[in-house]
Amino acid sequence: MTYQPQNDFGTPESRSDETVSLTIDGRNVTVPAGTSVMRAAAEQGTSIPKLCATDSVKSFGSCRLCLVEIDGRRGTPASCTTPVEPGMVVRTQTPHLAKLRKGVMELYISDHPLDCLTCAANGDCELQDQAGAVGLRDVRYDVQATHLGQEKDHSNPYFDFDPSKCIACSRCIRACDEVQGTLALTMEGRGWDSKISAGLASDNFLESECVSCGACVQACPTATLVEKKVVEVGTPERSVVTTCAYCGVGCTFRAEMRGEQLVRMVPYKDGKANRGHSCVKGRFAWGYAQHQERILKPMIRKSISDPWREVEWDEAFAYTASELKRISAKYGRNALGGITSSRCTNEETFLVQKLIRAGFGNNNVDTCARVCHSPTGYGLKTTFGTSAGTQDFDSVEDTDVILIIGANPTDGHPVFASRMKRRLRGQDGRPGAKLIVIDPRRTDIVRSPHIEAQHHLPLRPGTNVAVLTAMAHVIVTEGLADEAFIRERCDWDEYSHWAEFVSQARNSPENLQPVTLVDAEELRAAARLYATGGNGAIYYGLGVTEHSQGSSTVMAIANLAMATGNIGRRGVGVNPLRGQNNVQGACDMGSFPHELAGYRHISDGNTRKLFEDDWGVTLDPEPGLRIPNMLDAAVDGVFKALYCQGEDILQSDPNTAHVSAGLAAMECVIVHDLFLNETANYAHIFLPGSTFLEKNGTFTNAERRIQPVRKVMTPMNGLEDWEVTQRLAQAMGLDWNYTHPSEIMDEIARLTPTFAGVSFERLDEAGSLQWPVTADAPDGSPIMHVDGFVRGKGKFVVTDYVPTDEKTGPRFPLLLTTGRILSQYNVGAQTRRTENVAWHPEDLLEIHPVDAEDRGVKSGDWVKLASRAGETTLRATVTDRVAPGVVYTTFHHAVTQANVVTTDFSDWATNCPEYKVTAVQISASNGPTEWQEEYEALAARSRRVETGIAAE
Amino acid sequence: MNSVERLVHMANQIATNLATDDAPVSAVADHIQQFWDPRMKKMIFAHGTAGLSPVAAAAISLLADAQNGA
Repeated sequence: MTYQPQNDFGTPESRSDETVSLTIDGRNVTVPAGTSVMRAAAEQGTSIPKLCATDSVKSFGSCRLCLVEIDGRRGTPASCTTPVEPGMVVRTQTPHLAKLRKGVMELYISDHPLDCLTCAANGDCELQDQAGAVGLRDVRYDVQATHLGQEKDHSNPYFDFDPSKCIACSRCIRACDEVQGTLALTMEGRGWDSKISAGLASDNFLESECVSCGACVQACPTATLVEKKVVEVGTPERSVVTTCAYCGVGCTFRAEMRGEQLVRMVPYKDGKANRGHSCVKGRFAWGYAQHQERILKPMIRKSISDPWREVEWDEAFAYTASELKRISAKYGRNALGGITSSRCTNEETFLVQKLIRAGFGNNNVDTCARVCHSPTGYGLKTTFGTSAGTQDFDSVEDTDVILIIGANPTDGHPVFASRMKRRLRGQDGRPGAKLIVIDPRRTDIVRSPHIEAQHHLPLRPGTNVAVLTAMAHVIVTEGLADEAFIRERCDWDEYSHWAEFVSQARNSPENLQPVTLVDAEELRAAARLYATGGNGAIYYGLGVTEHSQGSSTVMAIANLAMATGNIGRRGVGVNPLRGQNNVQGACDMGSFPHELAGYRHISDGNTRKLFEDDWGVTLDPEPGLRIPNMLDAAVDGVFKALYCQGEDILQSDPNTAHVSAGLAAMECVIVHDLFLNETANYAHIFLPGSTFLEKNGTFTNAERRIQPVRKVMTPMNGLEDWEVTQRLAQAMGLDWNYTHPSEIMDEIARLTPTFAGVSFERLDEAGSLQWPVTADAPDGSPIMHVDGFVRGKGKFVVTDYVPTDEKTGPRFPLLLTTGRILSQYNVGAQTRRTENVAWHPEDLLEIHPVDAEDRGVKSGDWVKLASRAGETTLRATVTDRVAPGVVYTTFHHAVTQANVVTTDFSDWATNCPEYKVTAVQISASNGPTEWQEEYEALAARSRRVETGIAAE
Repeated sequence: MNSVERLVHMANQIATNLATDDAPVSAVADHIQQFWDPRMKKMIFAHGTAGLSPVAAAAISLLADAQNGA
């Protein structure tokens, strides 16, 4: 297929249920009421010339090119701002209109450079197209004044701004306002001086508030805002629809290609998770895929003190299998294990856990969800019966009160945050939703343009359960619980028991204020708003789960939703915002050591038999080791081999010293990854991985939406990741013969009731499907628990607040909490290898002015961050975004290794690490810590690759 | 913390968080049965009840007895 941009209908879709019939150019068309004449024409295949209209933003009516004639109307109204009416008769092409349009185009072109042949947008320029469409052949004006010859702004690493090519249509400004919600752009000056400005006149794009989401570039009809890559390589010649491999929002993109070269990633308007929007990571930060540091050949070494030796795939598989067999024979089969990746596809994850259960012969399989959302799995399964969020993203459009707890969506889940912000701002006369934010930091969403949280509860880190119980106290004692819902949907006795507990005076906001540091009146007001403000939806992230009471907090959230009847319809629900692209999928695929695909416990004989019959093996009925347990067992000398696919546990997991001790104690660490990551410093075998652009499969996002990942280029390493796992399994003697990931999905569907109706064919037809996809719900399930909870009756669980064992004291008086930033992703292995470092070149420590002054610390100073577990150095930034007593940093950079200071404490139910609470001290520093210096030397040593051996 | 100390800490943590359950001892025992691998269970059985809270200790005894077919 040759390259075609997606259809642009000119104005947004109308959601009206009523329809209107009209005639356009002699043809009848029926569209929803509220549709513009322009869109109605586009839907019947009639293209009305336009410049200032695009279907991602509201109509503006400024370019005067889309004029039409309508019977019975005077003049020539703009079709973009004229809604359809019943019986309307519209003409889009008449001699009079042609003359008007030609006049308009003539004016535009009189102030536009005529360098089409060398312009980056040549062939993909709406101005060029419209000049052709209206038949413009000559410009009569002898223009004296123009806005040409202005300096270009090259500051953004991904796109250029050429003001001389701007036609002042303001599509970029409106996209920034309406789609992204950052409101960074504005129009400066008038007439010839009109110029798009990113913030102040002195700001360039990079230094402005622009978040580089690309919405403006997407909206621009000319080459004014254009991708640097298009400037460099030219326009694409084909496109493939695929799914982003960054966060759990799961945006759909068109990978636009020239041959096997990716030119740009363009958000796909029909993507149900992103609805045509994107963020700086998915849109632009894919350069890591071709980064020079990618490892493309398998490598092995006897000892981690040896340099790496490149080998061919056959030797790598034979050696790996022989090592695994040797260790199994010497130490027993339970000395082996593996970790599946939330960055890999469902099919790849399924194969890794299958290799471990069926090939290694044990259940020592875990996944990086262990360290992020394992409490979600436990908590929501216990209360609702399903280890997943309850809504689709569209649901937020019907929400009246958004409660965000322990999540920073504008940084962690930016595309969904934009949809949230749109709802919070209100639209078309509909008032915005109300907002409650429970977070120790004043995150961006608390106060941003046209958005201000009604209540921000800046709690002390580690007191989530106390805050939620206090909210429950208010709801129950003030008679705000939805008893009709509870009687119908939940176990009334359990509710009564819970209600009695939360009603106790010790759980009142006033009594808990000294613990939570949250103002009791503010908390009461927030609880009342959530309970009585209409549809209430809770969105939460790792600030909920990564605590010693992570699972309790998830259950406390579920309790609140059930108590207020906020479950089972659009606009409400409990919504975990998943960190990585396929956290949901990795969990669904049976990556946890205690359960098989579909969250069925390994001790369940019937489920086990299903898999045993299909796989022709006997499965161990006992749960296996979780990641922290594997590391403990390694330190104890009984866990000896680890197959780690697409995760960098040394950087991402807590207490780095303990992780490295565990890894160092193993005899065979197999890292299967794109890069020699930090974990690979301790590896004996490196299997090069493939990127999401190089393989077929599926990812499942935070909405339970299973979405296709499509191969757009040949894997640079030669094999897709599922093929690597299959070849390893074959080398170990397993009779696996998948020829395509679709066959793996067929197996998943065969063995997993909630995936029964899923196949690649169905996904291609539907675009995406939200599980459960069953005979009862063949098109999937956007919203769960509609007619009752999956477990039967909703279960209220008493969640008593238990303070963490990580205590502040004289030596460590501050609380450290960690998180992420918009431009970087997880351990930064991908984003650090892109131009995104322009925004975040290093991890910074946020510290309150009072705490900074006490320690003589200024912004930009190097400080030592020390805890009971370890210490590191980084630079400080002084800000009142954090409360006194709280410090914050990100964990994106290996040189900082924030996890050197985090501890072994973990969630009581799941062992999810307590990343969000570490007692620390900050002091002035004049250089890297001993750990950092030693680690840097180790990393340099262990990344040596023997040269002189022919690779090809 | 060495591994055994960590298991004791974990068992106590589970017991504290399940203290409000109707039957905390069996809830703790059930949780450990469902989520701990056989070696971890063996280690804590071998360790005995030192350092364990009463509920955790009772749960471990319950599990150990069940394991031994008592």
